[in-house]
Order: sequence, then structure tokens, then C-alpha cells
Amino acid sequence: MDGLAIQTEGLGKSFGSKRVLDGLDLEVRRGNIFGLLGPNGAGKTTAVRILATLLAADTGRALVLGFDVARQPQQVRRVIGLTGQYAAVDDLISAQENLYMIGRLLGLRPRAARRRGGELLAAFGLADAADTKVRAYSGGMRRRLDLAASLVGRPAVLFLDEPTTGLDLASRNELWDMIRELAADGTTVLLTTQYLEEADRLAGQIMVIDRGRTVALGTPGELKGLAGGQVLEVRPLRESDASAAARVLAGLAGAGAGTPGTEGDLLTVQVPDEELVTIAARRLDEAGIPVSHLAVRLPSLDEAFLAITGHHADADAGDTETELEGAGR
Amino acid sequence: MSQTLVLARRNLLHVLSDPEQLIGITIQPLMFLLLFVYVFGGAISGSTRGYLQFVLPGLLVQGIAFGTAQTAAGLNADFQRGLIDRFRSLPIARSAVVAGRVTADLLRTAWSTLIIVAVAVALGFRFHGGWAGVLGAACLALAVGFGMCWLMAFLGVSLRSAESVQAAGFMLVLPLTFASSVLVPAASMPGWLQAFVKVNPMTIFADAMRGLMLGGPVATPVLQAAAWVAGITLVFGALTVRRYQTRS
Repeated sequence: MDGLAIQTEGLGKSFGSKRVLDGLDLEVRRGNIFGLLGPNGAGKTTAVRILATLLAADTGRALVLGFDVARQPQQVRRVIGLTGQYAAVDDLISAQENLYMIGRLLGLRPRAARRRGGELLAAFGLADAADTKVRAYSGGMRRRLDLAASLVGRPAVLFLDEPTTGLDLASRNELWDMIRELAADGTTVLLTTQYLEEADRLAGQIMVIDRGRTVALGTPGELKGLAGGQVLEVRPLRESDASAAARVLAGLAGAGAGTPGTEGDLLTVQVPDEELVTIAARRLDEAGIPVSHLAVRLPSLDEAFLAITGHHADADAGDTETELEGAGR
Repeated sequence: MSQTLVLARRNLLHVLSDPEQLIGITIQPLMFLLLFVYVFGGAISGSTRGYLQFVLPGLLVQGIAFGTAQTAAGLNADFQRGLIDRFRSLPIARSAVVAGRVTADLLRTAWSTLIIVAVAVALGFRFHGGWAGVLGAACLALAVGFGMCWLMAFLGVSLRSAESVQAAGFMLVLPLTFASSVLVPAASMPGWLQAFVKVNPMTIFADAMRGLMLGGPVATPVLQAAAWVAGITLVFGALTVRRYQTRS
């Protein structure tokens, strides 16, 4: 138990006949960022809602800092912060009033609640908009305020349920920086995401789940290895060169590359490491094929899924969880 | 307790920072008063002045009943926005969110009621129950508002969409307040309707209010009203708090 911030054993939950969590075992060490990665409907949100005392599990048990979420919910609530998929802030009042309200609910005196709210607004770049009604906020600002709201009580354990879904790239990067800073200060973070890239950038450990079950667990590096490394993308300048370029890429198989495929006008091939990019660039050049685009990226969740589980991320299961989540609001 | 007040304050901020809502809770009850008194007054009582005396206690009850629909709408909106998830993940009392809502709505109701009474007095309404009656009527208004808030709170936490909450609130309050002695004496209604009017709590509230404001029989209707308020509060208070916790 020592050193563990979050621990679950055989956590199970069904909605009707739908098994959403099917015996989930989870261990998160203190001060770590743990990424729970999976497609829609994998059970990520359900797991977070159980851990945050919002939902009772059917089977198994879950401890947060040693407190049982089912039997000691108030103790758990005292040490956690929760930022949901949809920004749960009151948009009819100002940001300052939102944070003040939460501070007061957590038992801070009026002056202390104002001060804490002011600190957080400054830290999250919202000081200028402190008195603006949240209704007028952009998506990125709301998400930052939502995160700030979950930090008023300085939680030791923070649950972030798809914190950047729907955000633009700049807002996403800002939020990532903030999450990293929190972890650097010792906060344990459980992050759910559909993006391998997000988990890769933030988490020290990633668990991939599918239909309520663990399918892989490891460091980002280990996971990328499992997922077949990275993806090399090539777009020939002239369309007529496509098949010649594909032959060049196929020739990389000896160096450990996978079978080339296409995505629109892009040729893609899985590569174990970035060294192959240089080789690919040289061979394409030698073959006299000019390219307009040459890059490596992480595999998408779906590609990683295919590599790890042998099947595509199940979109069918996704609908159920989305519906249930929608119904819960 | 202090958590309830913090949440009540938040709900009042919604009203105070929204001119439309402020106008709504101030003008709308007045509109009812003026329309009923000047449109129906002559036909029902022979004079608007006479009808004003009769109908004001009833209109106060009706205004309170309609006003508490806001409790249902507000709680439901908090669920929709995901705010309830935030509150439920905080170490606060289980009843605080709903109690905060009810407290704020009670203050709102008190404001609307005061406005109607002030204007009615300016139009010629006179209390005949003495100061005790005025005080009793004020207490009764708050008690009825309190009970109705819990009933509406239950609708707010039970129904899914804002539309169904609004429809249910309307379908509940409209027949209850019309098929009662709120607007007209029951004597002219058909027998089967009178049977319903007799047991309708709105009738009991209106009769108790009349007794207190106009100086008529008080003891029986006030006791019955108190029993209804206590019953509604106990039943729907418990149901609401339970539903609030278990709604996923």
C-alpha cells in the first residue's frame, strides 16, 4: 500500500447488460502521472467516476490514498480534485465567484477563499477575466478554470477526464504544461485520454484499456514499442511517383519497417525508430523522387490498438458510454 | 449550514446578475395581479375592489407555486451542466446543494410576494386580520414556498431534460391552482370538481391565507396547511436527497 496513491482490485461495473468495467486492476504511485488510454466506451470515465465517489462499483474495491471510495467517500473527497470531460463550472457567475464558492464549500474563511481564488486565477492566466461571467469564456479558458476549480483544495490526487478533448493545439499545450507543473509539485494525476500523444507527453505510466479490461501497461517507450514504433509519412511531390515511392518504402523492411500503406495521398509505414527516416530520405533522393512531406508521428490510438489487440478500437462500445455519460448530466 | 448559505448565495447571484430574471420575478406576479383583478374582477365579484379583497390571498399562493418551478429548472440545469458532479466530488453535506437552492428560491418567493402585497395595498386591498394575521400570512407564505420547493426539487433531480421539467412543473401547478379556491369560490363548480377542490392543498393554503389576511376562520385551515407542508417536505425532501445522490 505504501507509496500507492490509487489502487483498484477487480473493479467491475455494468449498466444494464453492458459490462463497462470488467475487473480493472490499477496501481498508481504517489506523485506520478498515470495515463488511462482507450477509445470511447473503454470504461475510462466510469473508472474515474468510481474513483471520484460519483458512482458505486458493482464488484471489486478502490482505494484513494488508502481510503475506500465506497466506505469512506468523504475522506476520499477531501483529498481529490476532479476535472471532467465537460467543464463543470457555473457559467452564470464570474470565474472569481466560482473559485470563491468552492473555497468556501471546502471550509476556507471568506478572505482565504478570495486569496486562494486570486492565486489560482493568476497562475492560470485568468486574472484579467476574473470578473467576467464564465459564459463569455473561450473553450480553453473554461477548461483552465475547470482545472483551477479542482485545485482550490490543493488535492493530493487529481483526476483529469479527457482534459484536452475539443481544445485547439495552443490551449492543449498550455494545459499540458500546467499538468506537468502540478505533478512536479507532487500531485498524483490520473489522466484519461483518447490520444496516445497526450499520454506519451504527460504520463510516466500508461495503461491501455478496452471494453473495461487492461490490454497493455507500461512506460510510454514500452508502449510505443508494442504499438510498432512510430509512423513515417511520405507524400511524393508528383502523384505519378506514388508507386515508385511505395517500392522504396517497402525496401525498408530489411531495416525493421512494416508494410507500407496509404492514407489519402500519404504513404505510411511503421518504423521502429527515427533513424529510418534519414535512410528513407536518402533512398527516395537516390531514386529521384522529390517529396513535399516527410515526417514521423506517433501511431494514432487506433493504429496502436490494432497493433496491441489485433482489432480496431471498437466504436460500437463507444456509443453506450457516451449515452450514459450524457444521461448523467 | 454554512455550505447551504454559500450555495444559496451562488443561486441568488444568478438572479441579481441577470436583469431578465430580476424583471421576471418582479413584474410577472404583478401582471397576474392586475390582469386577474381588472379582467375578471367585475364579472366574478361585481367590482374589482371586491375581487381584489377575495383574490389576493389566493394569488399569493398561486404566485408562490409558480415561482417554485424555478427550483426544478435550476437543479436540473446544474445536472445538465455537470456542476452536480463537481459538488458531489466535494466533501460537503449531502443535502447542501438542494438546501442551498431551496433557501435562495425562498428568498426570491418572499421578494415577489412582498411586491404583490405592496401594490395590492396601493390599489385598495385592506388587511382585516390584524398584525397577527399579517405575521401569520407571511409565515404561511414562507412555509408553502418551502414545501413546494421540495416538491419541485424532486422533479428537478428526477427528470432528464429541461423541457420535461418545465412541462411537468406546468402540468402540475396549473390544474392544482385553477381547480381550487385560489381564484374563485368553489360553490359554482360541478360537484365532482368540488370534491377535488376540497382536498386540493392549494384550496387549503388559499383558505388559510384568506383567514389570516381577511379575518375569517383560521385554526382549521392553518392546521391543515401546516400538515400538508410538513408532509410534502418530509416525503419529497427525503426522495430528493436520495435521488440527488444516486442519479448517475
